[in-house]
Order: sequence, then structure tokens, then C-alpha cells
Amino acid sequence: MAETHSLQDMRQQAAITAKVFIQRDYSSGTMCQFQTKFPSELENRIDKQQFEETVRALNNMYAEAEKLGSQSYIEGCLACLTAYTVFLCMETHYEKVLKKIAKYIQEQNDKIYAPRGLLLTDPIERGLRVVEITIFEDRSLTR
Amino acid sequence: EPRHSGGPCPPPADGSEPAHCPGHRSRSPRKKWQVFPGRNRFYCDGRIMMARQTGVFYLTLVLILLTCGLFFTFDCPFLASNLTPAIPAVGGVLFIFVMGMLFRASFSDPGILPRATPDEAADLERQIDSAGCSRPPPRTREVLINGQAVKLKYCFTCKIFRPPRASHCSLCDNCVERFDHHCPWVGNCVGRRNYRFFYLFILSLSLLTVFIFAFVITHVILRSNQTGFLGALKDSPVVVCFFSIWSIVGLSGFHTYLISSNQTTNEDIKGSWSTKRGKDNYNPYSYGNILTNCCAALCGPLPPSLIDRRGLIQSGTPQTVSQSNGTSNSSYASTQLHSNMCDQDQCIQSTKFVLQAATTPLLHSDPVVLAPLPGKTTTLGGPCAYLAPAQPSLPSCGGDVLMLRDAAVDSRCHHHLHLHHHHHHHHFVSPEETPCATPQGALPCPAHLHLHHQPHPAIPSPIALYDPASQDALHEDSVRGLVKLSSV
Repeated sequence: MAETHSLQDMRQQAAITAKVFIQRDYSSGTMCQFQTKFPSELENRIDKQQFEETVRALNNMYAEAEKLGSQSYIEGCLACLTAYTVFLCMETHYEKVLKKIAKYIQEQNDKIYAPRGLLLTDPIERGLRVVEITIFEDRSLTR
Repeated sequence: EPRHSGGPCPPPADGSEPAHCPGHRSRSPRKKWQVFPGRNRFYCDGRIMMARQTGVFYLTLVLILLTCGLFFTFDCPFLASNLTPAIPAVGGVLFIFVMGMLFRASFSDPGILPRATPDEAADLERQIDSAGCSRPPPRTREVLINGQAVKLKYCFTCKIFRPPRASHCSLCDNCVERFDHHCPWVGNCVGRRNYRFFYLFILSLSLLTVFIFAFVITHVILRSNQTGFLGALKDSPVVVCFFSIWSIVGLSGFHTYLISSNQTTNEDIKGSWSTKRGKDNYNPYSYGNILTNCCAALCGPLPPSLIDRRGLIQSGTPQTVSQSNGTSNSSYASTQLHSNMCDQDQCIQSTKFVLQAATTPLLHSDPVVLAPLPGKTTTLGGPCAYLAPAQPSLPSCGGDVLMLRDAAVDSRCHHHLHLHHHHHHHHFVSPEETPCATPQGALPCPAHLHLHHQPHPAIPSPIALYDPASQDALHEDSVRGLVKLSSV
């Protein structure tokens, strides 16, 4: 956590050049998926493969959260039978996956994006509408 | 049109939470529900949220409690002793389930989509403007879902492209995911997150109503052997049950059909997927078989709330309304400036709208005209003197307009002035499609402040007052118009 704070502080001192928004991809319905199209603003910052990998990983995790499988059915039925009071002690499958996603994004930021002067914002903070990528000015070329 | 204001509310003491203030913005907002832009009410520090109009919800509660109360008081003793005590037991379980589902449907977030942050909105605007060369630029997007073409519409209030199946509820002023309908009986919208609770509520309520009706009839029949038919009938909640059965059972049946075909009420009413629209029209969201559709709707994963109503507001977080405490996170300065400039234009636009709404002065025959026509300066004294008694100290423009609201009789004026009040307080939303965030120091404000600082007829030359305004023709218009309003 301390690492995060120092990272954030550092980021706030750097000027923001631009923000890129990765919009939702609705081609498979209302499921939460993001477009894997590589935005032109990131061309000289990060390579396409890396970016696509990140977005695909996010998409897979969201798909897992919303998956209709035996686990979700069991959870749903149990919840219904207990009049949904079971969620006072237990967290839903979706929430568990969201935590996993938050950790993944943190990890990606630390390892890959921060060294390149980029910052990924967790989509849940934007209502699952966009993946916001903040581009900071290149103060030092760390490559 | 009722507007959510929360009304005057005693400011909370230090450290205490304004649990009794339904969504009113306190002096130092700490939690996000306090600055929520939609027309919702929040209780218990943001844990409970409902629509603005909750009258019918209380009616629902009363009806259910009354019917069940009568049943348990008058019929159950007889039935328990004469038939079996399982009857009140089952009735009790059903009753508790019904109430639980009702509260869950009423108090939870239906799946509200939070509004776009200023950066996102600006980015989308750029994309929209660059996309089409036609004026106005197209605000729809076509998406192919499972082979079916679906149109995504742009929501002017929330400044987002609505996901498929989402719709903007005009009563709550929110975009809701998988919007079914706004249910006044439940006092909330029915959307993705509370549809199953709503369905279970009406299903269990129909079972409960049928249950009560059946056993009340049994009771009446059994007792009529003893005391006579009419005597037995008068103690029973038969009438309520009878009428509600048809409506509630009917509704349950309708929603069962909707669930099995994976449609929303909204889609069904519009006939979005009906074959009448086209031979190849089909529902792209249906899983194909009824069982999967039902399981998905009722036992599928429950998505969490996207609006984080009990979260603390952090100064760095971009809010969908302009920052009221002005903590400048320089990161957002450039985009804020851009949106402020746009908003200033919109402010002028909506001010002009206000002018058009207030066509005639209601109380004064002479319209007050300023800067360009210095001849009629003396009439300024009149309205000022009239409005002076109601004058509070004026920290901002909002106070002025609120005062005007007291003076204005016309309900349309009410509405538009109230809009002005809200946007001057950097609060939320416009009922129209042009949201208006006040730029700092909007030009009409000085006009008001000057006007109401002089309650006595001796008024300084209005030309001097309005010099800055006369620079810009638009501003001049709005200033003149607003002063005209004040004469009302």
C-alpha cells in the first residue's frame, strides 16, 4: 500500500498530457468487455501486444465474474433460500472477481505501465464504462 | 415537475451524519450519496435508496400489512384451532418473505449507471464531433449483437452512450442498466440489480394473496355454518384480496413470460424484438431455452452497485459535477477549463430558455429594462421594495433566485428558476438535455446581487452596474431578462 501511495504522489506531480478512454465492446451482448483496439495515443508509449494482453486479461476476468455456471446457480439458490441474508457474511462471486481485477490492475500498473508513464484506472471506479489510461508527460525516458 | 432539493435541513453537528436528511448536500459532503446527481432519496447514511416519490410505496406497505393483519387477527385463530396450526405458520413465512423481497427491491440500487466524468464526456464529444460531418452530429451507435443490429443511444443527461438494454428513467433521472420499468408501488426503478427481488416479491405476494383468499373463504364457509354468511364476511379482508389477486397474479404471469423470453418490460412494450418489426427480428439476448433464461434472471450472478454511495469523496476524484470546494488538482485543470467554457455557453443557452419561459411579468405591468434604456430606471425601486422583506443575506446567486421563486406565481417559472437555483449551487442536473454547470462568477449574478442590495428606491445608475454585461450581447440579453423576471 505504501508503494501505491508514493506512486500516486509521484504521478500527481507529473503533468497529465492526455487521457485515453477504452470504451466498452458490446458485440457479445451486455457482458462487460472492453475494446481491444489499440489507441493511437499510446503508440510511442507501449507496444500493441502488451496492451492487448492487458485488455484481454481484463475481459476474461469480467467474463468469469458474470459467467452462468453451476457455481453461480448454487450461490443464487442459496441466497434466495436464505432471503439474501447470506450476503451479510459472505461476499458474492462477482465481488471476489472484482477484487482480483483490482489486484491485477495494480500489478500491471507497477510492472508495466508506471515505468512508461501511464496509469490504468480500475473500470469499476468509472462505473464499468471505460478503462481510463492517463498519459503522463515523459519527464525521464526510462527505457 | 417536482425537483429533488431536500429542502432546508438543519446542518449536521460536527461528526454526526445527516441520516435524516434525504440527500441534501450538507456544508462538507463526506459521502458520495450526498452529492448524487440523480433524483433519489437516501436514508440510513446511504444504505437505503429510493425514488423521489414514495407515497405509493407506503400505500403498498399499508395494504399488505392491513390485509395480513386482518387475516392473522381474525381468521387464523379460528383456522388454527379448527383446522391446523400450519396455516398461520405458512402464512407467516410467506408474509416475511414478501416483506423481505419488497424491502430488497425498494431499497437497493436498481443498477444505476454513474454519470460520465468531465474528461470522459469531453472525449466522447470529440469523438462524436469528429465522426459525422452532418449537423447535428449523429448521437447513436450501431452494434451487432449476436447478429442483430442494436442501436446505442447517447444520453444527454448522463453524457454516455447507453449500454444495450439500459434506459434513462425520467422520474429518477438516472440511466439504469437492463431497465425494466419504474415501479411506483415499490418506490424505485426495477433494473438489473433488483429485478429478481421484484419478481420474487410479486410472485410471493400473489401466493400470499391466493393463500389468504382461500383460507378466508374457508373460514367464512365454516363459520357461516355457525353465525351466518354476512357476519363472517365482515371480519375478513376478502375484498382487498379479491381485487388484488387479479392484478398481482396477472402481473406475475406477465413477468414470468418476460423472464422466460429474456425481455424487459420496456422492450416488450416497445415491441423491440417482435416479429412485427421485421421477419428477421429476434431477441439477441435470449439464451435459446426457457430454463436457461429463467436461471439467468433469477439465479445469475448479482452485480455490485456501480455508484458506491457510501464511499468517501476524495478531493482528487473527478466528480460528475464541478468541484464545489475548488480543490485544484492541477491534473484536471485543462479539461475543466474546456468543460467550463462549454458549460458557459450552455449556461447562456439555458438562461435564454428561462427568459422565454417567463414571457410576461405577472405582478408588474412595466417591465424593467436596464442598460440600453436608462429612461426607466425608477421602476427598479418597485420590485426591489417588494422583494426586500424576503431578503436573506446573499452569499451567492442561488439565494436571489430562491427569493424570486417566492415572488413568482407561475409554476413554469418555478421550475425554471429552480433549475437556475440548482445550477448556481453547483448541484446537479437539468431536467432538459442541456446540463449546466455554472462557471465561476456567472455574469447574471452581479445583476441580482446589486439589485437586492438596494432595497430602497434610490438606485445607482444601472448603466454603471451593467457595463460589464453590455460588452457581450448575449450576456446583456440574459441580464435584462433576469431583471425582467425579478419584476415579476
